[in-house]
Amino acid sequence: MSDVTLTIDGQLTIVPQGATILQAARRLDKQIPTVCYHPHFTPPSLCRVCVVEVENARVLAPACSRIVENGMRVQTDSARVQRARKGLLEMLDSAVDLSDAPEIQAYANAYGAEPARYGAQIKRRAFPLFDDNPFYIRDYTKCIMCWRCVQACGEDAQYTFAIHRAGRGFDAHIATFENVPLPESTCVYCGNCVQACPSGALKPRREYWLEHGLDLKELARVSQLERREKSGDAK
Amino acid sequence: MSSIIRVGASTCGLAAGADQVITAISRQIERRQLNAQIQRTGCLGACHREPLVEVLVDGVSVLYGPITPERVPLVLDQHFGTGERGFQSDWIVSRRRDKSDYPFLARQVKVTTQLCGIINPHSLDDYLANGGYQALRQALKYTPEEIIQLIKASNLRGRGGAGFPTGMKWEITRRAQGAPKYIICNADEGDPGAFMDRTMIEGDPHRLLEGMLIGAYAMGATKGYLYVRAEYPLAVKMLREAIAAATAYGVVGKNILGSGMNFEFFIKEGAGAFVCGEETALMHSIEGYRGMPTMRPPYPSEHGLWGLPTNINNVETFASVPSIILNGPTWFASIGTAQSGGTKTFALTGAIKKSGLVEAPIGMPLRELIFEIGGGAKSGREFKAVQLGGPSGGCLPAALLDTRIDYQDLKATGAIMGSGGMVTVDDTTCMVDFARYFLAFTQDESCGKCVPCRVGTRKLLNLLTKITRGRATERDVEHMESLCETVRLGSLCGLGQTAPNPILTTLKYFKDEYMAHVLDHHCPAGVCAMDGGEPFELLASAKISTRAEELA
Repeated sequence: MSDVTLTIDGQLTIVPQGATILQAARRLDKQIPTVCYHPHFTPPSLCRVCVVEVENARVLAPACSRIVENGMRVQTDSARVQRARKGLLEMLDSAVDLSDAPEIQAYANAYGAEPARYGAQIKRRAFPLFDDNPFYIRDYTKCIMCWRCVQACGEDAQYTFAIHRAGRGFDAHIATFENVPLPESTCVYCGNCVQACPSGALKPRREYWLEHGLDLKELARVSQLERREKSGDAK
Repeated sequence: MSSIIRVGASTCGLAAGADQVITAISRQIERRQLNAQIQRTGCLGACHREPLVEVLVDGVSVLYGPITPERVPLVLDQHFGTGERGFQSDWIVSRRRDKSDYPFLARQVKVTTQLCGIINPHSLDDYLANGGYQALRQALKYTPEEIIQLIKASNLRGRGGAGFPTGMKWEITRRAQGAPKYIICNADEGDPGAFMDRTMIEGDPHRLLEGMLIGAYAMGATKGYLYVRAEYPLAVKMLREAIAAATAYGVVGKNILGSGMNFEFFIKEGAGAFVCGEETALMHSIEGYRGMPTMRPPYPSEHGLWGLPTNINNVETFASVPSIILNGPTWFASIGTAQSGGTKTFALTGAIKKSGLVEAPIGMPLRELIFEIGGGAKSGREFKAVQLGGPSGGCLPAALLDTRIDYQDLKATGAIMGSGGMVTVDDTTCMVDFARYFLAFTQDESCGKCVPCRVGTRKLLNLLTKITRGRATERDVEHMESLCETVRLGSLCGLGQTAPNPILTTLKYFKDEYMAHVLDHHCPAGVCAMDGGEPFELLASAKISTRAEELA
């Protein structure tokens, strides 16, 4: 395969054909922030935080998935790019509880995001807590909809397809099919989704409840009770 | 000689009562023992006068509308009786075969809709009698490369709204490696107030098939999908009938007209998602996935349906092709402007005297279309603005009515050509509320994949709601402008990239209205309650429900 020559922030660089702008930029030690991108998954290009300016393009391009072309001229940190990143991080911050996502918080601070612009009492997306299995909890109030869990569950790792995307627009969310409890789904509890979650929406159950002040004995008791109730011999 | 009575029975005609009119006419024919045939046709475009009835006796044609079952005997009396009892001359739309005495129809230039309302769309014979499939026969005598050159020379540009040169698109698909190649007709018409595709399919389905067949021959495609929204049941039925008839006739299937070309059609009904009009989302929907867009490049021409080269064009684009082959590219190019040839259909609706489907040459000034064809604002009101291209388009004020309808000219104003929706409003509409309507639509139709569209459009709606309730500050307006930029530049697909257009154009041309809401807490059009209302952030709560709850 032949190589591709392009310019990133004025620096001429040669990379193998088929590389993404992100890969090319990282070779030059350029830091492009990413949120939904995971090196082992197909880039869904949906968080848009990695957008860069490609000369003569109508709109900004996501660096994680845009393939380099000969003669391409890319600006990774222009004023337009910075404004867009600030706006995007503001949107995320105003819609999702980012308290368990220190990386994204750091980006938001770095780009000067002011979610307060959306008003003093921002209403974030609120979902019930799903504590329906012994292994992990699902707290979608913290879900940034990066899809990594769906990719891990599906075609990028596990091929289990227990969770998928549901709903539209602002109400779009991750769910099991027909929203059944996880034990009734095809989930095999491989844990790949928990591993991939960048914002603490998926967490080992023990970790979650310990964080919420439950001690280990209490936690074990609760689980036993729950298990008995489930199997129908509560007495 | 037998007389012919045509009744426009497309969805629009049927909604106005065409079925009852047809029943009344057939009863009259029976009772009076008339030598007359009823022909169910498509729509002539004059939707404001539906149900339309055209009576053809001895080469004389009179078009009537609106005709109710009660008016049927009186209309028939004009031709087959003597009495004048209660007939009103204002029921007559036109007395001429070419409709040159009715400005709404006379000012139009009909290419793609030339047979709509004239032929019986259920009848292949009617289409054949009017030159049907002659263009395909002609095309098969050329080489595929020659066809692409013809389309290039005709200056035909994609009628879905973006205006990409069709000949170039076909050439890329032709050259792309991979087999089989697919060709898709995008008939997922979702803009509020748009009905161009529906009218064309219901009025003349074979023209679309013929255009696609010629395209398939030029690009070497062997399979074609018609992606039609399920809300168009009549159009879907018409296409199924047309495909069956065309297959029996030998223009679809194996060894078409002895040329060795093979082609088959599939119909895919869209399940009602607006975003599936976006080409990558449309292809995912056909493949059986959730209808959500993916990044371009790679473009469908090279990496489309199931990873194979795929050409996607709009209904109108394909429907223009037979005329280009028959009349030559020079003729087609001469109808339009130097940059784009041919005609464009528009669904003219809203606060306008004569609503309906209008086909006009590209380059016609907006004023001519809205005032001379459409008759201007409804009586007693003042024309205020026109929204072109639905929720992705822009809103133009009266001062810009001399803009020519062309891709570049419209783009320069901030609006877009769009797929053909043209919603006019008068002075009773508040422009902030109008923009809010479109944002309410796009945020609801967003697939929720990328952040700027999922969160941004909801935030824009919230800000507009805040303004219409008199609770916004100047800072909010500035914030809204910067948010518009982020959504436009950052969104993954066309839906998000164009979603801010209604806000950007109304802000550009009607800033004083926004400011009246913000500074004076007053809605100049008197539409917005300005009462503060419920806390607007309530809109931001997400809902989640199980299938069982939805059914309960």
